[in-house]
Amino acid sequence: MPSLRNTGRQARLLLRSMSTLTRTSVGVLCLILLLLLVGPSLSPYSYSAPVGDVWEGMSWQHPLGTDVLGRDMLTRIMKGGRLTVMLAFLATLLGFLLGTFFGFMSALVGRWVDILLSRIVEIIMAFPSLILALIVLALIDVSKGILIVIIAVLDSTRVYRLSRSLAQDIVVMPYVETARLRGEKLGWLMRREILPNVLPPMLAEFGLRFGFAILFLSALSFLGLGIQPPEADWGSMVKENALSLPVALVPAAAIALTTICVNIIVDWLLARAARVRSATPEV
Amino acid sequence: MAVFRLLATRVFWGVVCLWVISVLIFSATELLPGDLASVVFGQAKTPEAVESLRKELGLDRPPQERYLEWLAAAARFDFGRSLATQRPISQLIGKRLQRTLLLALTTACMAVPLALLVGMLCTLWRDSTFDRAVNAAAIVVISPPEFFTGYFLAFFFAVKLGWFPAVMLTTPSMSFAEIVHAIFLPCVTLLFACFGHMMRLTRAALISVLEDPYIETARLKGLSNRRILLVHALPNAIAPIANVVVINLAYLVVGVIVVETVFNYPGLGKLMVDSISSRDIPVIQACSLIFATTYIVLNLTADLISLLANPKLRHAVAT
Amino acid sequence: MGQPNKDNDLVLDIAGLSIVSLHQHGAQPLLKGLTLRLRRGEILGLIGESGAGKSTLGLAALGYQRTGCKYDKGVVRFDNLLLHSGDEKTLSSLRGVRMAYVAQSAAAAFNPVHRLGAQITEAARCQAALSRREAERRMVSLFRRFDLPEPERFGDRFPHQASGGQLQRAMIVMAMLCEPQLIVFDEPTTALDVTTQIEVLATIKRNIRAHSATSALYITHDLAVVAQVADRIMVLKDGMLVEENDTKALLTKPQRPYTKELLSVYQVGRKRGGGKKKGRGVLLRGEGLDASYGDGARILEDVSFGVSEYEVLGVVGESGSGKSTLARVVTGLLPSREGSLWLGGEVLPRRLKRRSKEQLRRVQLVSQIPDTALNPRQKIGEALGRPLSYFFPQRTQAERERRLGELLSSCELDSRLTNAFPAELSGGQKQRVCIARALAAEPDIIVCDEITSALDRLIAKGIVNLMLELQEKLGMAYIFISHDLGLVRAISDDMMVMQGGKILSYGAASGIEKSEDAYTQKLLRSVPQMRVGWLDEVLQKRG
Repeated sequence: MPSLRNTGRQARLLLRSMSTLTRTSVGVLCLILLLLLVGPSLSPYSYSAPVGDVWEGMSWQHPLGTDVLGRDMLTRIMKGGRLTVMLAFLATLLGFLLGTFFGFMSALVGRWVDILLSRIVEIIMAFPSLILALIVLALIDVSKGILIVIIAVLDSTRVYRLSRSLAQDIVVMPYVETARLRGEKLGWLMRREILPNVLPPMLAEFGLRFGFAILFLSALSFLGLGIQPPEADWGSMVKENALSLPVALVPAAAIALTTICVNIIVDWLLARAARVRSATPEV
Repeated sequence: MAVFRLLATRVFWGVVCLWVISVLIFSATELLPGDLASVVFGQAKTPEAVESLRKELGLDRPPQERYLEWLAAAARFDFGRSLATQRPISQLIGKRLQRTLLLALTTACMAVPLALLVGMLCTLWRDSTFDRAVNAAAIVVISPPEFFTGYFLAFFFAVKLGWFPAVMLTTPSMSFAEIVHAIFLPCVTLLFACFGHMMRLTRAALISVLEDPYIETARLKGLSNRRILLVHALPNAIAPIANVVVINLAYLVVGVIVVETVFNYPGLGKLMVDSISSRDIPVIQACSLIFATTYIVLNLTADLISLLANPKLRHAVAT
Repeated sequence: MGQPNKDNDLVLDIAGLSIVSLHQHGAQPLLKGLTLRLRRGEILGLIGESGAGKSTLGLAALGYQRTGCKYDKGVVRFDNLLLHSGDEKTLSSLRGVRMAYVAQSAAAAFNPVHRLGAQITEAARCQAALSRREAERRMVSLFRRFDLPEPERFGDRFPHQASGGQLQRAMIVMAMLCEPQLIVFDEPTTALDVTTQIEVLATIKRNIRAHSATSALYITHDLAVVAQVADRIMVLKDGMLVEENDTKALLTKPQRPYTKELLSVYQVGRKRGGGKKKGRGVLLRGEGLDASYGDGARILEDVSFGVSEYEVLGVVGESGSGKSTLARVVTGLLPSREGSLWLGGEVLPRRLKRRSKEQLRRVQLVSQIPDTALNPRQKIGEALGRPLSYFFPQRTQAERERRLGELLSSCELDSRLTNAFPAELSGGQKQRVCIARALAAEPDIIVCDEITSALDRLIAKGIVNLMLELQEKLGMAYIFISHDLGLVRAISDDMMVMQGGKILSYGAASGIEKSEDAYTQKLLRSVPQMRVGWLDEVLQKRG
């Protein structure tokens, strides 16, 4: 299978182009994701039932100790992390679809569409996002769907700005004009002419927004407005255990480790995107 | 002159944003499922009690009228009474706003000069060990959530070492040194959260300016590196740097909410979070209006600085 | 000759200089052992196409390498000081005072936030070479000599408050302020229009030549320009010297084939059978076209023209003349405000969206910069295949592939290029692909918007010849838009001269000299001619 071999070769090349720090981050992030995926089903404990004393220290039975109700911390971290990462990913994905579509449309169509969309985005962005989320969540009952939509909409404004400005640089390129002169439709222009050319910076932005989504969701849960008990995510676990500092640090550290890895990888992606851009021939 | 028109347009948009946001915040009460009274009394509401509360809050009058009254009162810093404590909200807020400002401003005074200085040093010694180390450290420090940084610092410096208090209380009789000592940990937590962004973006802005052709001209004029950076690069990077600084200050205003909760610091952010859990709508309105206004005014300032920093706008083309 | 460092007259002595560019995949040589000598008061022209290493050499003469370039071996000696091994401090003390640099684009080379005067006197002030008062006095007197407006107050302007030609002259003032021994001119007139270029050339000629203590390196790709100012010319190619001789000897008796080729680029011609297919009626006609961007000023005013089948209509103008806007109006990218267009017998709608697929197919555009005219993420095969499948959906796959091969071969491109991305092609190849893409639609008329101006002269000549051959073979019409009056005149049947959005003269290209329009005459006079003494004649005529 030549294509598979080819992919393998490309992956090796990609890994070689990273610094040690970046490579370590990729490794750690993969490990975290694997743990979240298979961990809960391998664990002998239930994530919801007490299995020991309150706030037990680290031991062989409970590698990360127990929480405020005596539940096994490691199991809960893996289970809660699943929720955090999944919600953050879905929210980012939705935000990206929205933001990119409207951003490209603004750049391509211009005129009143651009003005209208930009003004709406400007007004949403003029509002500090945490405050906006807090107000909305204070007024309506929290559900996972609502959380995803709120984070996605707030995220999409940033994505809109980026994709619009990237696309604006490309829309004026003669090759896009050539496609327009041929009479190509909006869909073709978006998918074939613009998208492939903005992929590297957009990929970096996706990572960045994913990291922010994890932080944002965790902050909401930490403030008691995100995931509600009996379900738990990393942020709400920090809140539950806030009265015993070293215990609260465990879920907080899980978030920190994940976001640090994500941001290091994003930094590498950004540098790569900048290199791709500067490597295009100059006139 | 063109620059005045641009400035006026920008200010006008700021005002429009403020207006839209005040409407949004006000209509928060209208959007409630049921209405405010039901929220306050919960299951135990009686028709009479609901009616008297509606009267008291003026909910029986048309919303436009109430909006204008509310806005006029808010402009005089009068937000009505808290539902939970029945105390005037302006009293509740006054002290807390001061404490929050103290926290945010102290952080800003440390973070901004430090970030600009380190950003400039990184540019001057680009790709040196110092540059790489600072950049890696910046990523590690800005990535975790504030509550991780906060608890981490509290655990080591307050619980283990006992150098600083873990729970903050400032009283009017404290000396300046005592106040700084008391708010040290929350300040450092906020500093960690915004310093890295400011430093990295300062560096990025300067480096992008250093690639402009007029920098080569300056080098070929035999100017020193320091003069090139300070006289030729920095003035051209003012707009992006001012933007970053102000955005991070705006971020401070919001980041304060989480940090105040972590350290139990009785500021505006803590008040807002507490009010949300008790659904004390007028207090939430007041707090979010203050936060949003600060945020918008700061963003507006950034735009105005960028406009004024552009010589093409300040000095019209002579014909 | 003996030891060069004993020669008191020698200002610059470069021997066996090699410089490499640092790449991801190792080092690539930019200069390969170059040797150069410059005497006091001499102007040496460095000429070559892109990649010849002339800018690298010019900067190396000032002991400077751009980021990504590295000194390899050789000697750079300036007035008995070794520059290639000099420390930053020594170099700094020389630069701006004893040696100076004039960049290609003065508009980008001045810092936008500082006033011109402050930037011009900066080197002198910072290095304490002159007192502030003395520096300003000299600056004003140079402003006056260079015919800059309001010489007393010109220094108070910001860069954006001066025109391109004024900035270029201000840059020369900056270079000359401390009366340096060496000035490096790096394409100082390339970014300027011809009528502005002549002013800057005159300034350089008058002031540097008159100043016997100053020597200069004059870097350019334009032989006709360098012939006017240089005493001696070095022809460079791929970082090596091709030929070196006195200006007059080099122009009249070139030794090397490459030099001869460079000289021949000024002789583009069109050999055609006396318009045998011409006169079959008007193909494209525009009447009273007005256009503007947004609500701004009018960029086209009352433009009318007609193109017959198998005709070349040349459009000449300087920047801001509206010539590219005309291309956008004809193709529909910018709908005209007033006026109308006819294609064949039918009205051509102003808006792109109103035009039928057939109309879109019949009018094709080839644009200026081939690097941006091809989508970097589409292979050449895709770029050429799309118009084939879009405009001719009824054709079979096999027919399309055959047609693709035809297109590539008719544009003299290798058929293996279908699998290449644009970044793997040279500038000339990319422009050929763009032409092939236009041909794929089997158009009746091709609008060529400055298709040669981003290319080296030799490659541009190849492209023009290709266009003419294709026309001979396929018989379509061209609207050929360019700033290069000589080129347009050589290949057009009819031509028009535009300025400020208006047509100033319009008629047979062969009769353009007889135009009564003053601007057209000025333009004709300003096109540099490949002979020594042309500039002097023009300046003398003006008195």
